[in-house]
Amino acid sequence: MEILNNNIVLLALTFGIFYGARQLQKLTGWIVLNPILVTIVVLIALLKASGISYETYSAAGSYIEFWLRPAIVALGVPLYRHLGQIRRQFLPIFLSQLAGCVVGLVSVVGIAHVAGASRETVISLAPKSVTTPIAMEVCRAMGGIPSLTAAIVVTVGLFGAVFGFKVLEVWHVKNPYSQGLSIGTASHAVGTSRAMEKGQTYGTYASLGLILNGLLTALLAPLVLRLMGIQ
Amino acid sequence: MIRQCFIIFGCLALGEIVVWLTHITIPSSIIGMLLLTLLLHLRAIKVEWVSGISDFLISNMGFFFVPPGVALMLYLDVIKAEFVPIVVATVVSTVLVLVVTGWTHQLFKRHGDTE
Repeated sequence: MEILNNNIVLLALTFGIFYGARQLQKLTGWIVLNPILVTIVVLIALLKASGISYETYSAAGSYIEFWLRPAIVALGVPLYRHLGQIRRQFLPIFLSQLAGCVVGLVSVVGIAHVAGASRETVISLAPKSVTTPIAMEVCRAMGGIPSLTAAIVVTVGLFGAVFGFKVLEVWHVKNPYSQGLSIGTASHAVGTSRAMEKGQTYGTYASLGLILNGLLTALLAPLVLRLMGIQ
Repeated sequence: MIRQCFIIFGCLALGEIVVWLTHITIPSSIIGMLLLTLLLHLRAIKVEWVSGISDFLISNMGFFFVPPGVALMLYLDVIKAEFVPIVVATVVSTVLVLVVTGWTHQLFKRHGDTE
């Protein structure tokens, strides 16, 4: 299918599949039918079936992915709107971020290592909870496989977006501030986009988790991995 | 629209410049976000000047993750070979991060603070 090598055709397909997936979710109301997840699965199946390489797709996809960084800059607006609240709550926010960051690094690295993952995979998994640009940078600096990290980061984000609020309910994390913060800490911008749908408060605390865990992971990941004897 | 784009891309560009000058390992987008927050806080920029584009970008952020997600197709072999460690480590750790962050925040959040 030669025509699928065309950037515009691939872009139209991506928009179309996403639109369809979103309609499907609205229709069924099933959280598992996350439009991002559905679109990724359908696109991979389609590309595999028609023998199109990822490189070909990514030439078109880069036009979409490009907007990720301006979108992260745009999170400065909700952050500004909630600055006062955040300043009053600084200590609980900072402490919970520190706990979440360290627990996340130690647990993913420890479990993957014990379960027999290769060294590269362990390193690539370490920054799984933070936003793609930070995660890839951290992974590269430590000698992992950055694009494997990118793929895992998106998967973790989807897991958080789809099941995050359920997990928090079950474990008695009930208030919107703690919920938002946890979602952003564990599942970065994908989780944050889900939290934004739930409401501004959830979304803002999620973006706070996204930022702080990003910064902490960039600073702490190399140290934690060295202490655990991985690096 | 042009002013809105100028502000967003201006902040991102300043982030790029900071990274270029200092070789810091923090992404330019995060620096740009903090810069935008600072400029809004200092009243150098009014919220109305950026709220249109920022609402648009934020509400569609999930969509921008589709192409990096499609990159998964490159690693189906690695993932198949190390399926159990990858999935168990990722799922358990993500649940732990969610719960530990939430609990810690609830624990230290002062009760009765109306925020």
